[in-house]
Amino acid sequence: MSDAGLPKVFLVILKRDLTLALRRRAQIMNPLIFFVIVITLFPLGVGPEPNILQTLAPGVIWVAALLAAMLSLESIFHSDFEDGTLEQLLMTQHPLSVTILAKVTAHWLLAGLPLLILAPLLAVLLHLPGDAIQVLVITLALGTPILSLIGAIGVALTVGLRRGGVLLSLLVLPLYIPVLIFGAGAIDSASGGLPVSAHLSILGALLALSLSLSPLAAAAALRISVE
Amino acid sequence: MALCPAAQQASAVSSTTLLEAVGLECVRGDRVLFTNLNLALYPGQLLQVEGSNGAGKTSLLRILCGLAAPSEGEVRWNGRAIHKVRQEFMAQVAYIGHHHGIKGDLTPVENIRIARGLGRANGAVSIEEALHRVGMDGYNDVPARNLSAGQKRRVTLSRLLATLNQVWVLDEPLAALDIKGVGLVEEMLSEHLLHGGMAVVTTHQPLSVGHGRMTRLSLD
Repeated sequence: MSDAGLPKVFLVILKRDLTLALRRRAQIMNPLIFFVIVITLFPLGVGPEPNILQTLAPGVIWVAALLAAMLSLESIFHSDFEDGTLEQLLMTQHPLSVTILAKVTAHWLLAGLPLLILAPLLAVLLHLPGDAIQVLVITLALGTPILSLIGAIGVALTVGLRRGGVLLSLLVLPLYIPVLIFGAGAIDSASGGLPVSAHLSILGALLALSLSLSPLAAAAALRISVE
Repeated sequence: MALCPAAQQASAVSSTTLLEAVGLECVRGDRVLFTNLNLALYPGQLLQVEGSNGAGKTSLLRILCGLAAPSEGEVRWNGRAIHKVRQEFMAQVAYIGHHHGIKGDLTPVENIRIARGLGRANGAVSIEEALHRVGMDGYNDVPARNLSAGQKRRVTLSRLLATLNQVWVLDEPLAALDIKGVGLVEEMLSEHLLHGGMAVVTTHQPLSVGHGRMTRLSLD
């Protein structure tokens, strides 16, 4: 008899979700392609004026990141709910919050981390100066995990509903506003040559808060949804 | 309202009772599916839940294994409410519901390996042996979504063999299975009861189990 420890359970679920995602590559690619297309549309739409693009860049990149995250959120629990594997995940002897943290980590690795790699390239397209690009990557590194964590609560609440997609965005987008404000604000300050540590500290605090609370909240929401 | 005969003695021999339900009530919408339902399950006992469609069989099973909460009453594990001893209880319960609970994009072996990683793996039986036992060898590289409904059910059943659980809660385990498959489920149940296991099963077909005591609970 072997009693699986918590780190092992975390790794089992992380590996499971990553394997599943790799067998459905189109599902990973869609939000990333969306992110790239939305941002490349802006220079075409507002014109190639460097000053205007530079002013718009922080907001555009962060709004695109938010919407790309929204697109991929449902994948955290939805297919598991439909094929009954979610029930099996709920029925292990381990705390549900560990399972959720593993699933959120997988989501971030697939939907958040690639944005960190794509964003600097797209920032060049929007004439963002080098210093600001550095800050952009830091804000995304701090901010995208928050998007996955908060999103998990929303998906957990709406997974049992037939048309939960709209409700999901109504629930989650307002909670994303602080991330958007401080993420874009930090990049704005950086391109204006101002200090950014305050913005980054607040993003860090938001990350710590959501990291500690959202797995618990999502666990409670999931139990209600599956019932 | 039908009472399980064992329920009357439940208080007298509660030290040996493992799973019991006290005063359960389940309400769906405006309809009361059952109320004041008591039952007790001892090692080596099989409880067959019967009832017409919509009688609340699945609701009862989901309440018994802790997936749903009853509107009244509670389910106890060794005398304590299951939500208080959740970890201890979940380590002992296996649930098979209407959905197969396997990922279509993964092969049967990968599915069972995950189940073993999350639950308590049965060291005496390897994944291949468990799949062989349910007649599913030779499908090692086939994604589960390409299997037939009966084959998926067999993969799901092999999870019971590959992990250790004292309580099996099976909702229509015979659905989609052929005659051999029905025999297999009866054999698995019989062995499980022989080793001190317990099972709650809903089915519309008669079950014949060699070992263990069988009780019936009718929800009609």
